[in-house]
Amino acid sequence: MSAVLDHHDHTHDHHDHAPSGWRRWVYATNHKDIGTLYLLFSFSMLMIGGILALLIRAELFQPGLQLVNPELFNQFTTMHGLIMVFGAIMPAFVGFANWMIPLQIGAADMAFARMNNFSFWLLIPAGLMLAGSFFMPGGAPAAGWTLYAPLSLQMGPSMDAGIFALHILGASSIMGSINIIVTILNMRAPGMTLMKMPMFAWTWLITAYLLIAVMPVLAGAITMTLTDRHFGTSFFNPAGGGDPVMYQHIFWFFGHPEVYIMILPAFGIISQIVPAFSRKRLFGYSSMVYATSSIAILSFIVWAHHMFTTGMPVTGQLFFMYATMLIAVPTAVKIFNWIATMWRGSMTFETPMLFAVGFIFVFTMGGFTGLILAIAPIDIQLQDTYYVVAHFHYVLVAGSLFALFAGFYYWVPKWTGVMYYEGRGKIHFWWSLISFNVTFFPMHFLGLAGMPRRYADYPMQFADFNALASVGGFFFGFAQVYFFLFVVVPCMRGQGVKASQRPWNDPDGAGAEGLEWEVASPAPFHTFENPPKLDVTATRVIG
Amino acid sequence: MKSISNKLASLLCHAGIWTGAWLATTAHAVNDLPGGPAVNQMNLHPAVTKIAEEQHWLHWMMMIICTVIFVAVFAVMFYSIWKHRKSAGHKAANFHESVTVEILWTAAPFLIVILMCLPATKVLVASKDTTNADLTVKVTGYQWKWGYDYIKGEGEGLAYISTLDSSQRAMSNAGKPEGDDYLLRVDNPLVVPVGKKVRVITTANDVIHAFSVNSLGIKQDAIPGFVRDTWFRAEKVGTYYGQCQELCGKEHAYMPIQVKVLSVQDYSLWVDGEKKKQSAKADDPAKVWAVDDLTKRGEKVYAANCAACHQASGKGAGAIKALDGSALVLDADKLKQVAVLLNGQNNGAMPAWKQLSDTEIAAVITFTKNNWSNKTGQLVQPAEVLAARK
Repeated sequence: MSAVLDHHDHTHDHHDHAPSGWRRWVYATNHKDIGTLYLLFSFSMLMIGGILALLIRAELFQPGLQLVNPELFNQFTTMHGLIMVFGAIMPAFVGFANWMIPLQIGAADMAFARMNNFSFWLLIPAGLMLAGSFFMPGGAPAAGWTLYAPLSLQMGPSMDAGIFALHILGASSIMGSINIIVTILNMRAPGMTLMKMPMFAWTWLITAYLLIAVMPVLAGAITMTLTDRHFGTSFFNPAGGGDPVMYQHIFWFFGHPEVYIMILPAFGIISQIVPAFSRKRLFGYSSMVYATSSIAILSFIVWAHHMFTTGMPVTGQLFFMYATMLIAVPTAVKIFNWIATMWRGSMTFETPMLFAVGFIFVFTMGGFTGLILAIAPIDIQLQDTYYVVAHFHYVLVAGSLFALFAGFYYWVPKWTGVMYYEGRGKIHFWWSLISFNVTFFPMHFLGLAGMPRRYADYPMQFADFNALASVGGFFFGFAQVYFFLFVVVPCMRGQGVKASQRPWNDPDGAGAEGLEWEVASPAPFHTFENPPKLDVTATRVIG
Repeated sequence: MKSISNKLASLLCHAGIWTGAWLATTAHAVNDLPGGPAVNQMNLHPAVTKIAEEQHWLHWMMMIICTVIFVAVFAVMFYSIWKHRKSAGHKAANFHESVTVEILWTAAPFLIVILMCLPATKVLVASKDTTNADLTVKVTGYQWKWGYDYIKGEGEGLAYISTLDSSQRAMSNAGKPEGDDYLLRVDNPLVVPVGKKVRVITTANDVIHAFSVNSLGIKQDAIPGFVRDTWFRAEKVGTYYGQCQELCGKEHAYMPIQVKVLSVQDYSLWVDGEKKKQSAKADDPAKVWAVDDLTKRGEKVYAANCAACHQASGKGAGAIKALDGSALVLDADKLKQVAVLLNGQNNGAMPAWKQLSDTEIAAVITFTKNNWSNKTGQLVQPAEVLAARK
């Protein structure tokens, strides 16, 4: 970011012909600038979604309605989900892809630089439309982030705005994916074979294929919702002979791969950080690649485990239960590989590693609750309760978001040329880890006791755990504000110790590997303009 | 397995009580609700059916296996973190591959998930067998109440609507909840006999709802335009609680489920009583009403069905249209308003109310036409509604 914010610092870079002022950002075609834009956008959406989450937790602090009415409460839960999934987590990973993939594979930039610009700037109107839907007549969409028909057919005009916004976000994602696939397949430096590629690039390659496969499916589902709403069709409208369950099938055929879209790049980031701080190569590189691909393929045949209570035939339930359980296998392989990487390494625990270890530990808990939910007879008890809420926050917050933090701390020296304040990073980690668990662990109990999700008010027996979760939620929220003000902002301003080219390597060279550490810190505006010559491991430039 | 699970449960309960005491800052005077949630409950509801018991067993099995694996795996990780840290002077080894180990730790989880699936399959197949029911009840989800129709078996022909006790909604709005059955008390519970196989057929009138009772181990979406079924055989007399589990609009949190399980004799007595009440209560659609009587009746119908959205003031709120001063309500052509009530409007944002009786629809229309600032003097008779239904 300072690589880009104050470039008088590195006038030695003769290739630096960055345009200045607003043109630099609006007309941006440089992958680093666009990556920065993506990250800033996703962080602002994280803050908006976070405010909505805190409003939800404030209302649920005590039984009874204290702050909002149930209509508004449903709008909060719906928009919190949509904004976090489509506005915060997904664009954040695209931001990382933009910044890191060209650097990691020795490419000069993304393959389609102008399309890259377009796919970012599409996010702005979509994000505004989502956030602005609160001010439309009837308020924001309130049908849950899954937008189940026929409830979505009852919504006011903001539902159309929401659908339009999702269409735009989908188009942006597809363009971004095409860009990533083409960049990875065509622009690798000579010697960077696919099986020597860094894991982050690998996981993104697979993720990009998932995105291209399923975003059109979502577009189809919401377009049918749109025509049901306005043009008299009856795809999902039972009053005209439509099938509401069909909506769920189509939605989750998108939705389940979507879950992996949000976690596979996280796996990639963790697979870079654990070896770096263990000073040891990643254990079982090829099995990691195969495990990632297996997860991606399996993700297409498990969607109906979100629908065990819709009343599928028993054979259908059995199939989806078995297929879902199967996903535990490649996921377990990944966990084992990370631990084997740490085994007999020489570990240090700077903030990126703390977040990575925290990720492995807490994400695994989310994985196990996923296994429990996959058992259909247990799911009959737990479907649509707070247990599910706890489960997916364990994999999405302690999973995806923690991995994003880990990646931020790992690469920010390369982006800005300064080290973040290590002490503040550690505070951010422990503060987040503890408050996260205080928020979401009690939700397991609430779910087992039967508290349904998306409830504005609840029986009094649930009061104490809800109060505890609300307190934790506010602490977690403030931790992220602290992160922005005391870690991100100083880095962007270039405050702090100057980062060396290889901040994560010991003097003897042990530590982080990869081509991103072959360029100066901060990364010059243009890198690898001529294809670099790589050593046999494709981790070093030899001229 | 059972005894371990009981010990674990009591251990967890103690932890729970301690946490509860610690949290007493937000204490409300509330006790456990038998058949419903207990204060700070940390596990599934006590099982009242075989299936629910099996679900518990499966859950404990999964918990124990997962905990053992979790502890084992992370013991290794934390041992490594402690022993193999650089500050302890550990030098990094150089290995990064082992096909044997990879195959072993792919096969192990594979075998474990197969072992998990076997008992789950047995329970799943049993829970889907809805044949040979003693009693069949159709459950219809409405925004926001439940309709119960006794289709087959003792009590056949009984039909009624179950809504949240109106005092509960008022307490919720005021932010001052009270009572152990807060938000769970209904006017007419679903009544079933003990020890009999009850088949529940679900459907819905407007959007998707979910009929769920934790102690009975059932949860089945109620889907408009489709029928689905599930079953239970309650083994203990008592009252069991559940709530709608699929987001169904603004009053989603306010449509609880109460199932009253009676002994076989008590159930027969209840059926007789209900049959008598129902025949006494049945309105004659041919009866011709006077304005005052009909308005009074309509006021009750309005409070029970319409006020949640249109408000007692008739002013509506947000996207909900006002009835006070509404052109449609004031319109001289009474049939327009009758049609809206029978068929709904705006894609079901205003749902159809055809499940109400002719007298109720006539009464509530007459009420809206002659209340607030609406003084039309118009009167809709049940016979007119009956005619409009055809």
